[in-house]
Amino acid sequence: MTGPDVEGLLRELAPRALGAVVRRYGDFSGAEDAVQEALLAAAQQWPGDLPTNPLGWLVTVASRRFVDEVRANDARRRREDAVALLDVPVDAVETDDSLVLLFLCCHDALSPTLAIPLTLRAVGGLTTREIAAAYLVPEATMAQRISRAKAKLRGERFALPDDPAARLRSVLEVLYLLFNEGYATSSGPDLARTDLSGEAIRLARLLHAQLPEDAEVAGLLALMLLTDARRPARTTAAGELVPLAEQDRSRWDRARITEATLLLSTSLRRRQVGEYQLLASIAALHDQAPSDAQTPWTDIASLYGLLERMTGNPVVTLNRAVAVSRVEGPQAGLALLADLGLDTHRLDAVRAHLLEEAGDTGAAADAYRRAAARATNVRERDYLTLRAAATGR
Amino acid sequence: MRYMLLQAYGGVELEGCVSMDQWDPKDVQAHIEFQHTLNAELLQRGELVDAQGLAGPDQAKVVVSDGTAVKVIDGPYPESKELLAGYRLVDVDSLDRALEIAAQSSAAPGPGGVAIRQQIEVRQVLGAPEPEV
Repeated sequence: MTGPDVEGLLRELAPRALGAVVRRYGDFSGAEDAVQEALLAAAQQWPGDLPTNPLGWLVTVASRRFVDEVRANDARRRREDAVALLDVPVDAVETDDSLVLLFLCCHDALSPTLAIPLTLRAVGGLTTREIAAAYLVPEATMAQRISRAKAKLRGERFALPDDPAARLRSVLEVLYLLFNEGYATSSGPDLARTDLSGEAIRLARLLHAQLPEDAEVAGLLALMLLTDARRPARTTAAGELVPLAEQDRSRWDRARITEATLLLSTSLRRRQVGEYQLLASIAALHDQAPSDAQTPWTDIASLYGLLERMTGNPVVTLNRAVAVSRVEGPQAGLALLADLGLDTHRLDAVRAHLLEEAGDTGAAADAYRRAAARATNVRERDYLTLRAAATGR
Repeated sequence: MRYMLLQAYGGVELEGCVSMDQWDPKDVQAHIEFQHTLNAELLQRGELVDAQGLAGPDQAKVVVSDGTAVKVIDGPYPESKELLAGYRLVDVDSLDRALEIAAQSSAAPGPGGVAIRQQIEVRQVLGAPEPEV
């Protein structure tokens, strides 16, 4: 017999316990530390002895830790250090503050390097050690980063923001960055990294459960699921990157694709089209295509066109060029790239690919070489070097 | 004991070895696989602390400052062969074991599967002082 899923339960209860302790004492930073300690204690004790009221247990233990900590410190210094929030309403333990916490931790006063770890700890219920392992930094460094993030939130209100739409944008951005961080595993060979993409999906689910009516929240969740569905086919056993066109589509996660497609079609019916729904729509067309050759490139090119007009982002133009080249040929794609003001190795990588398609292998090899020299990701660099070698012969 | 095994852009002793993007793709593949396998092996033995490649020399910058004026020099540099390309940080029982890993890594396969004889600089990472008895 397997025991209760203590870890899952703890992660689910973490933001609710934190909300209750913040409401009780008003000090977000101290409450967050106290809840973290209570979670660590629970992880040790619960597997053998699950309390009848787990949330109450966490709130009681965290409150005790909080009070002990205040007593242990010099009271005056404590008051100065406390990251007090304003307007903290006292309320029952039953209130679910997950959404308020998500807005607070993904505050646009915090850069993503600060917002992401704080969100993972305060809302995601991860330990500092797990977050540090995910980012390949020492635990002490990560602990400091989280403290710094909390200090910046001093004086914020513990309530839903007055301008939820604008603030929601930065929540979505933080979650999407977190997802991409996990997906790209940009810091080299996979060691024992926490599954950041999985965390991002979990938090997006939490957000969607809180705001089921919001079309862009659903769009982001769908986008994550549709992208993540391809993960099993995205790298070889040796860890090399497999481009979308060459992936074994039978290894894509069908359950994820189905779930995301339903989510997306419901959200599109709300007629509040936004960036994430468009990206998800593109991802869905790829995921539903039985093969690379049967991909509806014309539809994908028009979706990128819409996105381009909406965002004016040159990276979108880069992707549109790829789609257009599949419909009208590589020269049409290259023409779109001709005067694209984009300073990244991806521009050279796409240009190289289109030149190769156009049969100009010499120029393609040069572009692949330039792209490889500037790549910021080991897997991509390996792949680009390989293409440079293949076209340069 | 921790050792840093450093690898510069130059320092390939195999004569006439051109840069990797001009090899046969099969050889590039074999080289990449060799590096992955070596890391996996070191990880399995509990010796790998970290292994990283650094972004290319044309993205390198050198910074000098006297505390006020800051000088930032952009690459590429004429002496770019000396620039660090990557490193492995290993935690091993002895210098001998570190040298053994360095030798293994030096013999990475190049064109036609011939070892490129990459120079590997082996440097001990200074630790904390031993406890006094």
